Amino acid sequence: MLDHLAYRTPEPKVIAGAKADWELVIGLEVHAQVASNAKLFSGASTTFGSEPNANVAFVDAAMPGMLPVINEFCVAQAVRTGLGLKAQINLTSAFDRKNYFYPDLPQGYQISQLYHPIVGEGEIIVDMGPGIARRVRIERIHLEQDAGKSIHDMDPNMSFVDLNRTGVALMEIVSRPDIRGPEEAAAYVGKLRQILRYLGTCDGNMQNGNLRCDVNVSICRPGAYEKFIETGDFSYLGIRCEIKNMNSMRFIQQAIDYEARRQIAIVEDGGAVVQETRLYDPDRGETRSMRSKEEAHDYRYFPCPDLLPLEIEQAWVDDIAATMPELPDAKKARFVADFGLTEYDAGVLTAEAENAAFFEAVAAGRDGKQAANWVINELFGRLNKQGLAIADSPVSAAQLGGVLDLIGAGEISGKIAKDLFEILWTEGGDPAQIVEARGMKQVTDTGAIETAVDAIIAANPAQVEKARANPKLAGWFTGQVLKATGGKANPAVVNEMVARKLGLGE
Amino acid sequence: MSLNELTISAARDALRKGDTTAVELTEACLGAIEGAGALNAFVHHTPEIALEQARGADARIKAGDAPAMCGIPVGIKDLFCTRGVASQAASRILEGFRPEYESTVTQNLWDAGAVMLGKLNMDEFAMGSSNETACYGPVVNPWKVDDRRLTPGGSSGGSAAAVAADLCLAATGTDTGGSIRQPAAFAGIVGIKPTYGRVSRWGVVAFASSLDQAGPMTKSVRDAAIMLGAMASHDPKDSTSADLPVPDFEAALTGDIRGKKIGIPREYRMEGMPAEIEALWHKGAEMLKDAGAEIVEISLPHTKYALPAYYVIAPAEASSNLARYDGVRYGHRARLGQGDGITEMYEKTRAEGFGPEVQRRIMIGTYVLSAGFYDAYYNRARKVRALIKRDFDTVFAAGIDAILTPATPSSAFGLGEMANADPVEMYLNDVFTVTVNLAGLPGVSVPVGLDARGLPLGLQLIGRPWAEGDLLNHAHVLEQAAGFVAKPARWW
Repeated sequence: MLDHLAYRTPEPKVIAGAKADWELVIGLEVHAQVASNAKLFSGASTTFGSEPNANVAFVDAAMPGMLPVINEFCVAQAVRTGLGLKAQINLTSAFDRKNYFYPDLPQGYQISQLYHPIVGEGEIIVDMGPGIARRVRIERIHLEQDAGKSIHDMDPNMSFVDLNRTGVALMEIVSRPDIRGPEEAAAYVGKLRQILRYLGTCDGNMQNGNLRCDVNVSICRPGAYEKFIETGDFSYLGIRCEIKNMNSMRFIQQAIDYEARRQIAIVEDGGAVVQETRLYDPDRGETRSMRSKEEAHDYRYFPCPDLLPLEIEQAWVDDIAATMPELPDAKKARFVADFGLTEYDAGVLTAEAENAAFFEAVAAGRDGKQAANWVINELFGRLNKQGLAIADSPVSAAQLGGVLDLIGAGEISGKIAKDLFEILWTEGGDPAQIVEARGMKQVTDTGAIETAVDAIIAANPAQVEKARANPKLAGWFTGQVLKATGGKANPAVVNEMVARKLGLGE
Repeated sequence: MSLNELTISAARDALRKGDTTAVELTEACLGAIEGAGALNAFVHHTPEIALEQARGADARIKAGDAPAMCGIPVGIKDLFCTRGVASQAASRILEGFRPEYESTVTQNLWDAGAVMLGKLNMDEFAMGSSNETACYGPVVNPWKVDDRRLTPGGSSGGSAAAVAADLCLAATGTDTGGSIRQPAAFAGIVGIKPTYGRVSRWGVVAFASSLDQAGPMTKSVRDAAIMLGAMASHDPKDSTSADLPVPDFEAALTGDIRGKKIGIPREYRMEGMPAEIEALWHKGAEMLKDAGAEIVEISLPHTKYALPAYYVIAPAEASSNLARYDGVRYGHRARLGQGDGITEMYEKTRAEGFGPEVQRRIMIGTYVLSAGFYDAYYNRARKVRALIKRDFDTVFAAGIDAILTPATPSSAFGLGEMANADPVEMYLNDVFTVTVNLAGLPGVSVPVGLDARGLPLGLQLIGRPWAEGDLLNHAHVLEQAAGFVAKPARWW
């Protein structure tokens, strides 16, 4: 089985400056909150939305003498993520301290993994449309602690600190500068989010800040990037700026676009881009400098002496590998191959693992394409309209499968099937029983149809004349018959009979 | 002999025989503490807790459940967090801090039936060798020459003074570069720093995490064996705690060291070493030889780099460990002026809260970790540390069982004597002890004699990792041979 579909590489985005064309080079650092009930180094809960400072262990508050103890589950989640990104798993990794003062950082340092991350190089295939995808290399994934939250707007003179998030496990997923445009950057985050959700290692909730990213942007002239890739020499690329803490796909695109144009304007004006950290202001649609180089932190990284190097065993990694789910690329490729779906439809159906599972339940033993149409057009359309998730769907896969079975057996027409779907949506019930009980069955009894056809022909001699002169008009009789039978007559049977009765030949 | 003068082992026997009670022992110590204000050893008194624990211990003894330390009154260094009791590492910055948790070591002691008399003075955050950096003021050594007030050493100076002055039967100490062994030597008592990882660091205020280790300070080697057994445990809450069984250290005190090889490291024969120290060292070696051990001259070639490496690594870790004292959540917070923001709050709080020595080490540590200097200082110091460890591995692999060195370069010096000296002069106190912390080895200081002025002098024995029992057996032999029984004359 293919683990992904064949693809070609998209063209990089080109922005026309006042003087020349420019390309973008983008790398992302995504901070994904590890899906875990407990924090990275304490047993405190990670529940979102708790009372301020309700989920704080002594070590989270950096009480004197308290020590961190690694949460094995978080390590397993990072390994699972690494395996999902086809990455190198480092059996020995280590934790370092990143030192800086801030009230929401009680220890005065963040425990992170600078020198020896748990996950090394991997990749993500970022779909940019049917048959087009960008392969983005992952440089590393490391585990680190999240900080708390400072609240400045509760009191005019005081600031408050909520430590609930302090010490929650994050995975920092660092890409290579392989992303070549704002759309690709957003698609990269989307694809990564999809994989993390498939793996169950991060819920991907961007609104709650459970997935956020820092975006590194630089510009270069066409051709320069290829030289960089050939040589690995960063001097072919422009000076980069880092846009911090983005948690919306839309803002990511807007910020990159703004930032690229800002840099182009500076360079075309004869100036030089200054390497710095910037923030995106969505209200004004611009990025602005956060701190300059002079104010830049010296984080004084050094190995955390409270933690021994993290040693894991290959057998443990193998156990995790054995429980890996089918990932989006493989699932999509399989849907195309096994169900004859288009890449587009397969992509829609595999966006979420739950959707794909629903589709597979509907499609099992049935026509895949028809199942895809019904799931995408009827079910997803209706769910979207009402803002429901697949888990809340009033129509189950078994019910929808029942509808398809009735169509397949010729018991109901496509039109009646839609009515049936509506009944299932609002009232529920067993599709076959509903059809039976409410007389929705398609009439294939030629006797009954013949009676109706005869009656219409007898009542409309003028139309008969016209139709005999112009056989295209025979459709009018079919319509009348269907109307008279409440849509239950099998249209093919009616067509055939009308033609025969009017003597229009085979 | 008053009850407070007993050793742990003698008190244990008396308690078991019913000759005395834990309450009587405790009351004797509380009385001694009350009369010893001049020593400034106990800085937080917990008589209610002590008597309640003593009554509980007596009940246990009566019921036939008397673990090793049952009913033994001890003092606790202020560095240990004790639930509901002030625990402030002798620093103003932890003013008013009463933890809601109990350190693993003290919990182990209470579980073994020990009785807490109170908290003991120390150098601020365990940074010092004379107990003069404490926010409580200095501890005075019960040993005296003429009218001069002497230091008990540091940082566990309160513990050393309290044990030497019989204010308690024993005390906890901590040792990052010699903070148990140097004051033990200055006060004529026994102190052991166990192998790194033998004793949990959970709940002990951190100075330099990769070097810190708690240990007992006692009146005899046997007591050190008993108390270490009670303090030690594998603690899942401390990732650097070793998952090893705690052996019966007392059972290891056979007194038989025949055929053992004792290393005498030539690099410890420092230039300008006082003749008295040299003579004591030689005398110690003779004693071990007379007991049937073989004396072997050995080389630990990287010794001279140990002190500089230590004074890079320890401040580096300390600068990070002490970042949490920021006035935000607990302890001291400076009064802020109009318009002061978070930066001013940090600066004023830490300037007021930390004494000069702590500030000096935070600055050194910050400097050696900073961009551009990290490799030159911190990384190089780590490499030196690895070489020092290798020196020890090599001699142990060659069959050396224990290494004998002086514990300190001198006997106790006068309080205030080093006030105007270069700080490095003070750091030289640790010259014989820091190697042991850098290598993570167990080391014990044993009182062996008095100098010409009548002040105690100690020798240090260094053992193989995890072989504290064997090490204490060597110390026991040395102790028996030396027959050190001198006590400070009471003046306080």
